[in-house]
Amino acid sequence: MESVSTQPHHPAHKSHELSAVTIRFCGDSGDGMQFTGSEFTRVSALAGNDLQTLPDYPAEIRAPVGTLAGVSGFQVQFSSAPVFTPGDAPEVLVAMNPAALKSNLADLVRSGTLILNSGAFTKQNLDKAGYTSNPMEDGSLAAYRVHAIDISKLTATALADTGLSAREIARAKNMFALGLMLWMYSRPMEATVKFLEQKFAKMPDVAAGNVKALKAGYYFGETAEIFTETFVVRAAELPKGTYRSISGNEATALGLVATSELSGLKVFLGTYPITPASDILHELSKHRNFNVNTFQAEDEIAAVCASLGASFGGSLGVTSTSGPGVALMQETISLALTVELPMLVINVQRGGPSTGLPTKTEQADLLQAIFGRNGEAPLPVLAASGPADCFDAVLEAARVAIRHMTPVILLTDGFIANGQEPWKLPEAEQLAKFAPKFRTDPKDYHVYERDPKTLARAWVRPGTPGLEHRIGGLEKHKLTGNVSYDPDNHEEMVRTRAEKVARVADDIAPLSILGPKSGDVLVLGWGSTCGAIQQAVQQLQAKGHSISAVHLRHLNPLPKDLGEILARFKKVVIPELNLGQLQMLVRARYLVDAQGIHKIKGKPFRVSELKSALEGYLS
Amino acid sequence: MTETVQSKLTRKDFQSDQEVRWCPGCGDYVILAQVQKMMPELGIARENIAFVSGIGCSSRFPYYMNTYGFHTIHGRAPAIATGLKASRPDLQVWVVTGDGDALSIGGNHFIHVLRRNVDLKILLFNNRIYGLTKGQASPTSELGKKAKSTPYGTIDAPFNPMHLALGAGATFVARTSDADPVHMTEMLRRVAQHKGSAFLEILQNCVVFNDAAFESFTAKDMRASRQIYLEQGKPLVYAGGTKGLRLVDGHPEVLDLASGKAPGEPMIWNEQAEVSAAFALSTCAAPDFPEPVGVLRAVDAPVHHILQESQSDAVRKKLGAGNLAKLLTSGDTWTIS
Ligand code: SF4
Repeated sequence: MESVSTQPHHPAHKSHELSAVTIRFCGDSGDGMQFTGSEFTRVSALAGNDLQTLPDYPAEIRAPVGTLAGVSGFQVQFSSAPVFTPGDAPEVLVAMNPAALKSNLADLVRSGTLILNSGAFTKQNLDKAGYTSNPMEDGSLAAYRVHAIDISKLTATALADTGLSAREIARAKNMFALGLMLWMYSRPMEATVKFLEQKFAKMPDVAAGNVKALKAGYYFGETAEIFTETFVVRAAELPKGTYRSISGNEATALGLVATSELSGLKVFLGTYPITPASDILHELSKHRNFNVNTFQAEDEIAAVCASLGASFGGSLGVTSTSGPGVALMQETISLALTVELPMLVINVQRGGPSTGLPTKTEQADLLQAIFGRNGEAPLPVLAASGPADCFDAVLEAARVAIRHMTPVILLTDGFIANGQEPWKLPEAEQLAKFAPKFRTDPKDYHVYERDPKTLARAWVRPGTPGLEHRIGGLEKHKLTGNVSYDPDNHEEMVRTRAEKVARVADDIAPLSILGPKSGDVLVLGWGSTCGAIQQAVQQLQAKGHSISAVHLRHLNPLPKDLGEILARFKKVVIPELNLGQLQMLVRARYLVDAQGIHKIKGKPFRVSELKSALEGYLS
Repeated sequence: MTETVQSKLTRKDFQSDQEVRWCPGCGDYVILAQVQKMMPELGIARENIAFVSGIGCSSRFPYYMNTYGFHTIHGRAPAIATGLKASRPDLQVWVVTGDGDALSIGGNHFIHVLRRNVDLKILLFNNRIYGLTKGQASPTSELGKKAKSTPYGTIDAPFNPMHLALGAGATFVARTSDADPVHMTEMLRRVAQHKGSAFLEILQNCVVFNDAAFESFTAKDMRASRQIYLEQGKPLVYAGGTKGLRLVDGHPEVLDLASGKAPGEPMIWNEQAEVSAAFALSTCAAPDFPEPVGVLRAVDAPVHHILQESQSDAVRKKLGAGNLAKLLTSGDTWTIS
């Protein structure tokens, strides 16, 4: 894939064109690796690459400096072709200290490029990382292309006369590393310079220092003799349109803004801070010029309760949280479904159980979403399949909630919530509206009278004369809504609520199948595994295997055509970042001997590991 | 148009078609009747009023009010009502709760709603027992209380609801009892008028599980001598003016005005004074002190939904009205043609 060309502004170096590169920046959590990675990503996006990112950081804000526990990493795959994942294994690893090297080296491809901040490889840091000898000297890195650069010292020298404190200078070394990488991948510096000047507008000294470090890194690459080549990854041939780089949590927040515009409803986000969902609140709370309101409650219970109160008032109540938060919210979600008010619960899943792995990803809350309440308590459950897809998923979930008068759980996860990718922006005017019809006619009003098609009851805004009514958590009469303990009425209400949710499937679009409509193996997935599954399946198809894939947006109810699709394949394989939750549902529902591929490491699937696991099912 | 509708409203207009199902003789009946009687005075159309409750005997209240109503889950009414009021400031929102609902399971929401000064009318029916679950000790049951769950007496010190509300920063705190409907109505009026969280503790008799809990001071013949009515701008005297109260170093002290054995100037009550006075009065309890009823505190402070609205207005002024197309294309974008 490499072709040699000459770069006019770097005459001393050969420039190679690459189709895709995966880089991982890693260092201490205080080294600013997330910032460095995001900025490199932003510049790559502006250069027109397709890309995906995988931030990976510890739960502790500042774990002890230099320890393995404190290592923070940011991986990005950028490419001139469509990208589905953040890359299996980095080809370039930038390690700012020994601990970062130790915990990330195993992922680096053989003969990959290793850029080490040699200044951090002190006896003390080596000890902290558990190295008995210095890997830069003991030959253990022989398989890699090692560039040991004293980034600490070079940065300090470059910033010596800036008047910045030793601490501020030490913190600027990530910009040196970024400058070096920008040079190596033939990226311009202007966008980053501008960004730094804006970010530190209130501290012009710090801005100037960071810019200086950035340039020092860039020019170091250009002039130092150690690098003989630079690389070019050309713009990807993506569909025409305007793009921006977006994370799942940002896309979720924008989806909520769009929900309010398209439904005409006030969106009320009642929430409580929790990793990895808090960025939804951070983003949405900026947009108070729209018909949105954000409320940071005293706990998750209050958060979801306030949302439900807002829905009772005729707004769309929304809450954003993660698994432990959902555990606290279930009683209220249950109330929402029995009083039949729309509400949106967004679960950005993380590793569980209990506090689990707050900053790592997992898909193990599916059964919690579908079954985790007392009594017969069904509700629609949807999942987003990638960062940008969170926007569409929110709109779809909100539409279902309003049309069917029900709480809806939308599952995303830490991987897509924090990961970024280019998003082809939708035309705002093209987005379908879904405004509810509030009932205002008092004639013959019965609180639980239902739409014959969807079985949804009418939504009435308090303030509507003549429609004063009471709702509550006690079982209610099937028509009047008055409290009823009648056994037959209870059974009828339980069945009706179940049927109402089942009818959501009536307007689920037909599933699209990646590959032939029948064959040996169908790979069924949901949520954030979409990219990895798609790529693994396409690679196997290219080898001539009979394999197809279907990815689910709707987990409850399941799409009506799923059963017949499953029946057209000899084997059904379900990869999940859990111990087989969708697998259990599919087996129970369709009596299909579905097999599972399970990974519970707090990390997304790699394409290579999925591929080899799937190969086991192909004869 | 609303005006003319309101002028016609009567107590009956606020009665729903539901049969009231509290135990015969329960204090809740008195409270319901006073609320239904007082509501027409407010001149607010029925449809613009909502009652939100949690779980417990008291929490059945919304079913009996012909307004909008939401009987929710245990302890959470303040949180649900917060969302309702925040999204619908045009509604008058009442919260009906009990000592278990508000102070035990819902304690967290109770204090936070008060600190935020959400414009809610909170009626706490305090009967110092769990009624609906049939007679366990509650967080206001007195120390040593023998109940079904505490056959040897509770070892948990009780909460003083007024004290707790004051500590949480409540801008309006008052107390009344089901034995004194006239006073209750007056307090309900004050609650309705207050801007911000208005908290009213109503001592309520549970005839079945904790009968006569307050009789020693709320009974008709006891009231004058065992209760002190807090009235704005008036001296703190009781027992027909023979006794009074003053604060010494922040502590309440009983004055014997008639005999002259404990002379002194009774305090002039000011519900807007430093909160320390309200704290001191809230601790007055029988038998050593008269039990306070009336308004302990009523001060003006920024109200949650008004702060929220002015913040939204300020953001709109700064950023301009929201424009979705503009928002989506904001930030760093690039175009592929
Ligand atoms: S149990 Fe007590 S509080 Fe409950 S309804 Fe009966 S008398 Fe009233």
